Amino acid sequence: MRGRLSPFNVVSLTLGFAFLYIPILILILYSFNASRLVSVWGGFSTQWYFALLQNQPLLDAAWVTVRVAFVTAILATVLGTMAAISLTRYGRFRGRALFTGMVYAPMVMPEVITGLSLLLLFVSIDLDRGFWTVTLAHVTFTMCFVTVVVQARLVAFDRSLEEAAMDLGATPWRTFVSVTLPVIAPAVLAGFLLAFTLSLDDLVIASFTSGPGATTLPMRIYSSVRLGVTPEINAASTILIALVTIGVIVAALVTKRSVLMRQAG
Amino acid sequence: MPVVDKSSRAIGAVRQSFAPWNDASARPLIRFEGVTKRFSDAVAVDDVSLDVYENEFFCLLGPSGCGKSTLMRMLAGFEEPSGGRILLGGEDLAGVPPYERPVNMMFQSYALFPHMSVEKNVAFGLKQEGLPKDVIAVRVAEMLKLVQMQRFAARKPHQLSGGQRQRVALARALAKRPKVLLLDEPLAALDKKLREETQFELMDIQIELGTTFLMVTHDQEEAMTMADRIAVMDSGRLVQVATPGEIYEQPRNRFVADFVGDVNILEGAVAAREPSGLWRIAAPGALGPLMVDDPDERLDPGQAVAVAVRPEKMTVTRERPEGPNAFEGEVWDIGYLGDWTVYRIRLDDGRILRVTRANTTRFVERPIDLEERVHIGFLPDAAVILSS
Repeated sequence: MRGRLSPFNVVSLTLGFAFLYIPILILILYSFNASRLVSVWGGFSTQWYFALLQNQPLLDAAWVTVRVAFVTAILATVLGTMAAISLTRYGRFRGRALFTGMVYAPMVMPEVITGLSLLLLFVSIDLDRGFWTVTLAHVTFTMCFVTVVVQARLVAFDRSLEEAAMDLGATPWRTFVSVTLPVIAPAVLAGFLLAFTLSLDDLVIASFTSGPGATTLPMRIYSSVRLGVTPEINAASTILIALVTIGVIVAALVTKRSVLMRQAG
Repeated sequence: MPVVDKSSRAIGAVRQSFAPWNDASARPLIRFEGVTKRFSDAVAVDDVSLDVYENEFFCLLGPSGCGKSTLMRMLAGFEEPSGGRILLGGEDLAGVPPYERPVNMMFQSYALFPHMSVEKNVAFGLKQEGLPKDVIAVRVAEMLKLVQMQRFAARKPHQLSGGQRQRVALARALAKRPKVLLLDEPLAALDKKLREETQFELMDIQIELGTTFLMVTHDQEEAMTMADRIAVMDSGRLVQVATPGEIYEQPRNRFVADFVGDVNILEGAVAAREPSGLWRIAAPGALGPLMVDDPDERLDPGQAVAVAVRPEKMTVTRERPEGPNAFEGEVWDIGYLGDWTVYRIRLDDGRILRVTRANTTRFVERPIDLEERVHIGFLPDAAVILSS
């Protein structure tokens, strides 16, 4: 039932959204501030966005972040999809409950713990911290999100599609490539985008597992803010917000479209 | 009473020319040998032995959960039998994966690949064989023509109606020219009118291609219309394997009589065999003993049996009919169906019998009305004795 909004609903919605988004709106607003003083409005300007282009350390950090997020998303998608398939397709294998728990644990694990444990691991195996350690760390905590998204799609998947493919002479591998994968592709893509955005804005785990030369954008922003907030950082944050927003919206659209397709089919 | 000449009788109006199951030298195409399938907690298929011959349109009929689908899925290779063997053309199929079996299946949900066009769906199986492109194109065109779907070759499944999807599924399953086509409730998703048309189309296609069809259905009308032979299943076992005519006119037990068509079951006990060959049955509630013409020779006097009579083989009259086999009761309900009228007649002991009458004329003089006292009668050869 789609009732009209009552005054109570309007008020609670407004308060809720205000609570969530006013800080972000203020940040975006002040990124267009002409004044150097963060708390004083000095007129509209885009100068800080141009100043960003001159800020080499910040650009380097942004480049590192995008690379990390991209590689993370690819690895997490492959591993997460594989986990989802084994959870939905192989029935009740021995240790399934344990496997499920272990796949989902990183979702609820405090980031500090995940970061610290990974740091200890990398130190103990004497791995130089840098690009690959951040990426590996990000794969470990984003993989479960891919699994959740893909598993939901696989559960709704009509098994007879796979049976039909095999019945028509496709080996299990051919069946996976030519039928299963195309049908779950929207969920896989949504998982990829989710992993990408999660990696993009992670600070805690990156701080633990990063090393010289692999400073990510959130880390750079955080360390700059400790010396005082500048409008330049606001501008960088605004760009980051825009990227994450786009990623989440695309992921949602892709999922919604596949649901519509499925209902029609 | 005249002795019935049985030599010229045939059961049901079916084509008599095709009956390899009566030919001792014919070798079956599919042979189930004591096939059993146990799932963790239940026996789905229980010691089924069955032969299906080449060119046959064979139907597995039964209520849901009777094991008919499991039996078919074992032939397709999606389930492995827990016991017994399945032979196809004399070769044991044990351990052969589904993608190497020369059988194809049409799924109940049709299972069309949603991301592929009609054409690509039909070509899928041929592509797996690695056939050259031009051969595939020719075969796909041929199949689409067979099911009259040429115009829709470029469409995606979600742009098709239910009936069109059903045709594509059929074309896809036939494209590889399988030795056996398996049909899992092929018409269940269609509405009644379309279902009837499609039944006859499927039969035509089967005769045209000469492919052996093995169909699973819970719809007795569908099975009766299409199949050369029907295997009735109940709780994982085969109850009766026979032609539609035999299933309907000579059901082996109450389950078959009741599941296929409507039937009146009259409880009684064998009294004696008349010199004419008819069985005399003492049935409480009847006006006198019942006379039944049943070829069964192994009945013992005193044995409890049931006499089964189809509603259309009974008559309703105001006067007592001549001959034996009469009941008296009150008209309880009348259902006018256009082609048929159904009378539900309540006997004095409370039992209700169902009698149907074909409406062969538009006007009836003095029609039988509700609450009238009427007689029900039937001929000796209209009834069947069920001993089990």
